Amino acid sequence: MIEFTLWDILRNLLLAARWTIVLSLVSFVGGGLVGLLILFLRISPKTWLNWLARGYIELFQGTPLLMQLFIAFFGLGLFGIDVPAWLAAGVALILWSAAFLAEIWRGCVEAIAKGQWEASASLGMGRLQQMRYVILPQALKIALPPTVGFSVQVIKGTSLTSIIGFVELSKAGSVVTNATFLPFTVYGLVALLYFALCWPLSKSSQILERKLNVAHRNH
Amino acid sequence: MSYQFDFAWASQYAPQIAKGIMITVELTVVGGLLGVALGTACAWSRALGPSWLKPVVATYVELIRNTPFLIQLFFIFFGLPSLGVQMNELTAANIAMVINLGAYSCEIIRAGIQATPKGQFEAGASLAMTPFETFRHVVLVPSLQRIWPALSSQVVIVMLGSAVVSQIAVEDLTFAANFIQSRTFRAFEAYIVSTLIYLALAILLRQAMRGIGTILFPKRAAR
Repeated sequence: MIEFTLWDILRNLLLAARWTIVLSLVSFVGGGLVGLLILFLRISPKTWLNWLARGYIELFQGTPLLMQLFIAFFGLGLFGIDVPAWLAAGVALILWSAAFLAEIWRGCVEAIAKGQWEASASLGMGRLQQMRYVILPQALKIALPPTVGFSVQVIKGTSLTSIIGFVELSKAGSVVTNATFLPFTVYGLVALLYFALCWPLSKSSQILERKLNVAHRNH
Repeated sequence: MSYQFDFAWASQYAPQIAKGIMITVELTVVGGLLGVALGTACAWSRALGPSWLKPVVATYVELIRNTPFLIQLFFIFFGLPSLGVQMNELTAANIAMVINLGAYSCEIIRAGIQATPKGQFEAGASLAMTPFETFRHVVLVPSLQRIWPALSSQVVIVMLGSAVVSQIAVEDLTFAANFIQSRTFRAFEAYIVSTLIYLALAILLRQAMRGIGTILFPKRAAR
């Protein structure tokens, strides 16, 4: 029987952590782009577009991410599309993050005073111009801390992709456990690696919140 | 694009789905009640508790909030037995959910406590209440009321997160879906049905939380 040193375990986990990082980045950036689209629909004055976006958000926030992954993995395959695990993982995570980001950003856009809309409209700006030059730059400031905070949820969400067979940090943890029979050490290290990825983001989200002085604390 | 949907399995496997729903609901109720209780205790110790306790609770909260639920579950179910702590999968799932919700609700409830005007604590003290009595009778309920919507969303998130417990063979709704798809090869239909059930559960749970809110906070002022 082969003996595994702690370094062997850690090295394998670190190699797999790359894919956690790549998938998180892809999901977050992709989710941001789709989320922006949903945001525009969600705050659109046209009622049916509005309801479309609401339905989308309700569907993705009201169902487990795991189920969304299963449907992307098994569902798309039935229509003759060969879906590798990484593609299903990417698609599901992008659509899932888009729903959450759109809802976070909607709150930020709605926090902008109504007078800003009226002022920019009175300058003859179209809706896109209003968003581009007046509303979004201001909303961005409010949106930054919760958006950074949500990136932590995305990283943690990628752990579910191990269940459909995408080899990232969690999957590597299971594989290494099966080889070493050291679940306590291996899952402990996996947890620490996730913590090392997530905690700096959580912390910077808190610091940003304080710096941008968004939260009105009364003490 | 010529896929034929087939839901003929539905009547045969209805008992499995019903059992799955029961377990998911049971996990959510136990996890929700104990998790919020743990969260309240932690929020008290982080906001008002003794100074030696604060870093301990802070470490717990940060560790849980910055690691995935799946890994917490695996650590409890696969990792702890090597320390001699054995438990069955349902217990492990319940413990993981309580610990997870405990950390998240701690931060939410703490925000509610810290938004309490200082005068409330002073008023309690001037009525000769101990700090704990002030917390229990003056501060706690309005604090919970303040953050009830956020707490409700978190309970819904934890319910949806419970889909993961199927991975340690807890026979919840996701487990039922996996079971059905492995028997009938109707993966798409099985997952669509269970996803819609989750959606219904999420909507019902949100309504239930709103209902509990109106019972717990009958006609109090908003702050």
